[in-house]
Amino acid sequence: MKNLLATLLLIVPTLALAAATGPVLEPAPIDPRDLVSLQSGARTFVNYCLNCHSAQYMRYNRLTDIGLTEAQIRDNLVFAGDKVGDTMKVAMTPKDGKAWFGVPPPDLSVISRSRGADWLYTYLRTFYRDDKTPSGWNNRVFENAAMPHVLWKVQAEQSPVQYDRTVRDLVNFLAYVGEPVEQARKSIGIVVLFVLGVIFVFAYAMKQAFWKDVR
Amino acid sequence: MSSRLMALWDWFDSRMPTVGEEWRKHASEYYAPKNFNFWYYFGALSLMVLVIQIVSGIFLTMHYKPDAALAFGSVEYIMRDVPGGWILRYIHTTGASAFFVVVYLHMFRALLYGSYREPRELVWIFGVLIYLTLMGEAFFGYLLPWGQMSYWGAQVIVNLFGTVPFIGETLALWIRGDYVVSDVTLNRFFALHVIALPLVLLGLVAAHVLALHDVGSNNPDGIEIKKNKDANGRPVDGIPFHPYYTVKDTVGAVVFLAIFCIVLFFMPEMGGYFIEHNNFIPADPLKTPEHIAPVWYFTPYYSILRAVPPLFNSQFPGVAAMGIATLILFFLPWLDRSPVKSIRYRGAYYKSALALFVVVFLVLGYLGVKPTTVWGQFGFEAFFLDTKDIATWVARLCTVLYFAFFILMPWYTAKDKVKPVPDRVTM
Repeated sequence: MKNLLATLLLIVPTLALAAATGPVLEPAPIDPRDLVSLQSGARTFVNYCLNCHSAQYMRYNRLTDIGLTEAQIRDNLVFAGDKVGDTMKVAMTPKDGKAWFGVPPPDLSVISRSRGADWLYTYLRTFYRDDKTPSGWNNRVFENAAMPHVLWKVQAEQSPVQYDRTVRDLVNFLAYVGEPVEQARKSIGIVVLFVLGVIFVFAYAMKQAFWKDVR
Repeated sequence: MSSRLMALWDWFDSRMPTVGEEWRKHASEYYAPKNFNFWYYFGALSLMVLVIQIVSGIFLTMHYKPDAALAFGSVEYIMRDVPGGWILRYIHTTGASAFFVVVYLHMFRALLYGSYREPRELVWIFGVLIYLTLMGEAFFGYLLPWGQMSYWGAQVIVNLFGTVPFIGETLALWIRGDYVVSDVTLNRFFALHVIALPLVLLGLVAAHVLALHDVGSNNPDGIEIKKNKDANGRPVDGIPFHPYYTVKDTVGAVVFLAIFCIVLFFMPEMGGYFIEHNNFIPADPLKTPEHIAPVWYFTPYYSILRAVPPLFNSQFPGVAAMGIATLILFFLPWLDRSPVKSIRYRGAYYKSALALFVVVFLVLGYLGVKPTTVWGQFGFEAFFLDTKDIATWVARLCTVLYFAFFILMPWYTAKDKVKPVPDRVTM
């Protein structure tokens, strides 16, 4: 019985893999309201991603959204020489990027909106050693990705649980960067719907009053 | 009302009586049937969405840059740095899809109650012209964010014109202004989207409404209310559009806006149907996406295009089928031979035909957003199977049924067993 269960557990994911067109994506356990997670993700992003990838539509001082002060942003996140009102650009030109990696590293401003958080979460957690690729790394969801496993040292130093949390925070931050206004959008939406609800009551009462004599 | 305001109105009215006359003609003394139901909200709503699109569009134009190097970034600039910019942009993207939702429902209303029948043929023709112009407007606008789907969608559609025999290549080149979709194309599509087609649209909408008000509105019973007038010459079953339908349409507008705002504020991408995920990747002329799907409102016709097999290596038959599928709508008033207008008094033939048509249209629409392999392949070989994709064969069947709805209409509407039509409208 135990063996059967174990076999099933082994086979089922493989079947699911075969059925879908791509590898199965793990749902990213992100929480856009968790400011601590977003701040930790911002730190990882600035330290590891922002060397090659830009987020050229995102301004540093926008990070006040996630509970940081401008002084904290300037002291901890902004690269020397940049101003706190600048967008997150990188020194590497697309031409250099192409020469070094084969493709210029894409801008990450809206990567969460084209790829989706689940894809990013799975991608960053499924790098494996592969001697056949130029970088020495390969990936399960993005075969022959040009990007090496930039977080390999982090993964080596942390326990699997810790590493999952690091990636979760980073993806949480990328999702926020994809649409910084998301939380504000939803809260404004609730107010707008409430106002429309009130207008509806009056509009409906007016319609009933005018129509009471129509037979 | 204060007498001062009335005096001001009298001063105005004695100098420009046209305004008052037109108001009476089109609103306060325009007699509309009193039995309009749910389906009659969508005309007014279409007009409202048109206004929403024009106003939000004007503000977007203030910040958008129609330049291949800047366009994508300027949209993100609107989303992040322009105060309230994200709201304007989401209003416009949601409005584009909402426009087609309300227009499709408005057209379906016409099919339900025979609103295209004599004497409203011109109303219908202007309506179809509005629909075609709207498709052009949506197509040109979709290029502007300059994402991968914008770019490759435009590339595919313009290439369709390239399949026209003899003049195709020249035609496609003339539309693009370049050998591929490029900065030149973006610039002209911007001009067409923000000024040329909106002007045409406004003119057609005016013609549509004027033509309607000359003959009067149809209603769910398909009865001409003008045939039954009281001593004052007013239709017995009519009520003045203002205030009765202005207050009723206000309720409809508020409900519509609530649904609109639920999408706008809580699901602006609508699962990738209103804003496609791939459109968050900047346009790359060297990298064709694996799966190019047009936005949902074009997909029934896109399915027809893909379903028709090529002839002598030319895709033109598919392009022609797609074109005819839209143009055939113009002939509807003359294809319908039923003695009654409304579905309430029609027989089983028309009811089944219309039901089947709706299913076919939805299936074609669904298949158009999916790759042709979505339903797998036939497991056997046969000489007549030019493709083994099941979905392609279903789309072919649906394409035949789509055209059959129109081509067989003179026959099945004439043969149909209809019910007697009452003299007065039913509430």
